[in-house]
Amino acid sequence: MNMESSPTASESAQARPGPGTMMQSSGQFSTFFVADLFFGVDVLCVQEVLRPQQMTSVPRAPRVIEGLINLRGQIVTAIDMRRRLGLPPRDGMQTPMNMVVRTEDGAVSLLVDEIGDVLDVDAATWERPPESLDPAAREIIRGVYKLPDRLLLILDTDRTVDLGGGVPLSANSGIGRQ
Amino acid sequence: MQDQEVIREFLVESYENLSRLDQELVRLEKHPKDAALLDSIFRTIHTIKGTCGFLAFSTLERITHHAETLLSQLRDGQRELDPALISLILETVDATRTVLAAIEAGGEEGQETFDTLTERLRAAACLSPVAAAAEASAGHERPEAVHSQEGARRSEPDSAAPVVVSSTSGVAHPAESAKPHAAASTTPAASGPLVARADASRPEEEGSRSSAVADANIRVGVGLLDKLMDLVGELVLTRNQILQFNTEREDPALNATSQRLNLITSELQEGVMKTRMQPIGMVWNKLPRVVRDIALALGKQVRLDMDGAETELDRTIIEAIKDPLVHLVRNSCDHGIESPDVRVRAGKAPQGRLTLRAYHEGGQVNIEIGDDGGGINVARVRQKAVERGLLRPEQAAKLSDREALYLIFQPGFSTAETVTNMSGRGVGMDVVKSHIEKIGGVVDIASRAGEGTTVKIKIPLTLAIIPGLVITSGGERFVIPQVSLLELIRLDGDSSDKHIEHVHGTPVYRRRGSLLPIAYLNNVLGLKSSESADAVNMVVLQAEDRQFGLVVDGINDTQEIVVKPLGKQLKGIAEYAGATIMGDGRVALILDVLGIGQRSGVMTESREQSRAVSDQKAQKELEQQRILLFRAGSFDRLAVPLSLVARLEEFPQSAIERAGGGQVVQYRNRILPLICLREVLEPGIPALEQEPDPVQVVVFNDGDRSVGVVVDQILDVAEEVVTVRQRSNRAGLLGSAVVGKRITDFLDLNCVINSAGDNWSQGTGGPSSGRRVLLAEPSSFSRGLIRSGLDMAGYRVLEAGNLDDAIRQLEQQPVDLVIAALDLPTDGSSALLAAMRLRPEWSGIPLLALAESSAQTQSEAIRSAGFHDCQTKFDREAMLESLARLSAALAPAERAAAFAGKES
Repeated sequence: MNMESSPTASESAQARPGPGTMMQSSGQFSTFFVADLFFGVDVLCVQEVLRPQQMTSVPRAPRVIEGLINLRGQIVTAIDMRRRLGLPPRDGMQTPMNMVVRTEDGAVSLLVDEIGDVLDVDAATWERPPESLDPAAREIIRGVYKLPDRLLLILDTDRTVDLGGGVPLSANSGIGRQ
Repeated sequence: MQDQEVIREFLVESYENLSRLDQELVRLEKHPKDAALLDSIFRTIHTIKGTCGFLAFSTLERITHHAETLLSQLRDGQRELDPALISLILETVDATRTVLAAIEAGGEEGQETFDTLTERLRAAACLSPVAAAAEASAGHERPEAVHSQEGARRSEPDSAAPVVVSSTSGVAHPAESAKPHAAASTTPAASGPLVARADASRPEEEGSRSSAVADANIRVGVGLLDKLMDLVGELVLTRNQILQFNTEREDPALNATSQRLNLITSELQEGVMKTRMQPIGMVWNKLPRVVRDIALALGKQVRLDMDGAETELDRTIIEAIKDPLVHLVRNSCDHGIESPDVRVRAGKAPQGRLTLRAYHEGGQVNIEIGDDGGGINVARVRQKAVERGLLRPEQAAKLSDREALYLIFQPGFSTAETVTNMSGRGVGMDVVKSHIEKIGGVVDIASRAGEGTTVKIKIPLTLAIIPGLVITSGGERFVIPQVSLLELIRLDGDSSDKHIEHVHGTPVYRRRGSLLPIAYLNNVLGLKSSESADAVNMVVLQAEDRQFGLVVDGINDTQEIVVKPLGKQLKGIAEYAGATIMGDGRVALILDVLGIGQRSGVMTESREQSRAVSDQKAQKELEQQRILLFRAGSFDRLAVPLSLVARLEEFPQSAIERAGGGQVVQYRNRILPLICLREVLEPGIPALEQEPDPVQVVVFNDGDRSVGVVVDQILDVAEEVVTVRQRSNRAGLLGSAVVGKRITDFLDLNCVINSAGDNWSQGTGGPSSGRRVLLAEPSSFSRGLIRSGLDMAGYRVLEAGNLDDAIRQLEQQPVDLVIAALDLPTDGSSALLAAMRLRPEWSGIPLLALAESSAQTQSEAIRSAGFHDCQTKFDREAMLESLARLSAALAPAERAAAFAGKES
């Protein structure tokens, strides 16, 4: 599941319909880590970042939903990014951070391992996600910025929170399909 | 953008004005000389006309212009008012509404030009007053209205107008004697825009509208109010936390401040709640018009009394009850109140009376719609239910009048025929009921033949803040809306196991003599069960018209909760109605009682549905056999599959009578033959112990026939996979098996019932009667169990233990249906299927495969194998249903035809 090496391996990525061109011009990204992956979300989409919150689990909900949190009276659904990406669970000691993003359906909290800096990136380093990427991840990753020391994966938040029209997914499938 | 905003404003204002117009026009009909009323109507029309011209809505402008001309003639005393003219103006109002709706939908006026209406309006306005009235009243013959003089009309207003509106919300009939000309001389155009009043419910309270009234009200977007409500809810929670904090510290300053915060918050909450409240009169406003139109159309006289129009309700609820209310009122006028001559013959006043009442009671709002009409003919309802196939005649006869009355809420009860049938009510009552229930309300109906019908609706004050019961299950907190809650039951200690019994695979509880199906919340939600079950807490819930018990780990307390919606990701989960934030700031889920009921399968309508989506765990439970254990004579442990049992009953010895040479008991208005099991199993041996009183009876049902088997004692319901099996040669017994680590004898039910001389398994003429079924199943024990089910359903069963047996049987005699176990030696039922396909005379015989588990029935390999159906071994109902289907498709002589119909 090491995706960091894949982008360079497939320079010949074919055209994929998506909002790629628009993203290339955008400047700043809030970054975070999920396992060894380095993600970015358009800074304008991020509402706030919270320390671990008290979580109410939702029985019968899709597995990617960790639970509900009370965000100043607003009930916000928390999605576990590890499960959303089909990654192994984080070890017991690690408590996930809440990255609350604004989506078409209101605020949703993404549970991530660690919060990074806000980065300015060079639009010229943009590239579409490689075809060889795991389908679970490719669906929600818009593209990749090739930073000098690592790759920044840009997350499509609307797709991330869309679990297929609210229909519960089967317990085994970590990723919703559209 | 600017335009859009203006148009939206115009629409909002016009709708408001129009709804008031309806009411005012009907009142005007009653008080044709009410100048202030006429003035107000004129101004409203004028305002709409003016704005239309400004916004270039030409159709609308044309219509309203002509109406305005008519009204100004009326106002100036140039002509007399009569019902036909009122109808014409009301029609204009309707046309205006249609155009407004078109504008709202598409921003344009729409295709319809209302040429005829315009022409009629124009004609009415041009003609001399008397001729105009005659022209306009062409549809309704009312010559006296044309010729009558002013004084005459005044003296007998009731005969001229079919509708009388009186309302305790203030029907001061203002300015009856006002001078019309004086009022008319004021400049209506100038005061026109001021008529938009937020409070349209009590327009009669002031004789004339002053600008002060308009200035005292402002229009506020609903979105803003909702947002305020949310914030207040949040403030309430924060307040709760501060108060908790305060009790931990003993700081007088903090104490004083938090008390003040407490008071202010409560007051603010109340205030904001009020902004969302609207008087129910908002909905009632349009009812006089509805009543008038129906009464006129049907030639009836209806007096509408409204009481409690000022009763306030949350606006979301007002919105939701609008249509059901109109529907009920329409029903009352149409089907409830009789025509004048019928009423007179029945000794009533010719004018029917329709009463609307609204009042607060116990945190809920009650609305009653009553009429003094003919009432509902319960016998007709019964008859209708039978005609519609909703009930069998004997079922209908058994219903109490009250139960029969409730039939009108059944979907499918209302049909086009019922609409034209004046004796019955019930046009779309199921829709009314479902609408009311959607907002947590309850509908009740009471009717007395000849005296009238009253429909009573109970609805919550608001949907935003509801009382709920907080419960714990699997370590999580949940809230159950109090409206669905009937009672709490706690079963203590050892007795708890005995209280919950199992019938037909469903756990049940005997609640005051009737069986209540039970669901376990931990199972429904897949939560971890807590081991420490020293007591069972059960919440009795009502969803739609069904009740069930929900077993939870703990019951905490009741609270007022603020309902919040769930995110899109969780919308598809039927178990939850929303979420709320508890006093400690944590989120708790609100259970959807209907969803829980359906999910757990305690509500029959959804059984198929829940089967389709049910999880593996639930399926595993299904595959286990549920066995009823009991004792009779010297047999300490007898068993029958619970799937064959209809009910368990107790009858006192005194209830047992003798009839036709056997023992019988009166049971549910019928005669239930009793068979004493001890006498069947051990004929001639006298009872060792005294006959128990009451006697324990296991009731077996097949369609509408029942038989009761008297046993000495019901022992238990076991739920396990039956393991060791041994066939018995003894009459009345199938064989023995180990149940609960003890040897248990299984009853051959068919034999027992036949031995008692009951011609139980003789055909009834249904699709099953006399059909020969070949049952190919390796285990003789299972065969016996399945066979008893088939025998009881009237099939003639041939048995086969393996493939060769089966083929031999097929060769020896004609067979209509084949049931074969998937594990039939040596190559399974597919081998039998293949063998049958090879012989043309057998290829048409439907083959039902029997699987060990329900998971197997769903598997793709089985589905594509070509079986006509596949069922699990011990699901008797499903198997019989499937067989009935297969045999129905089977034309008696033509097997080939059945083969062609195998897709079904």
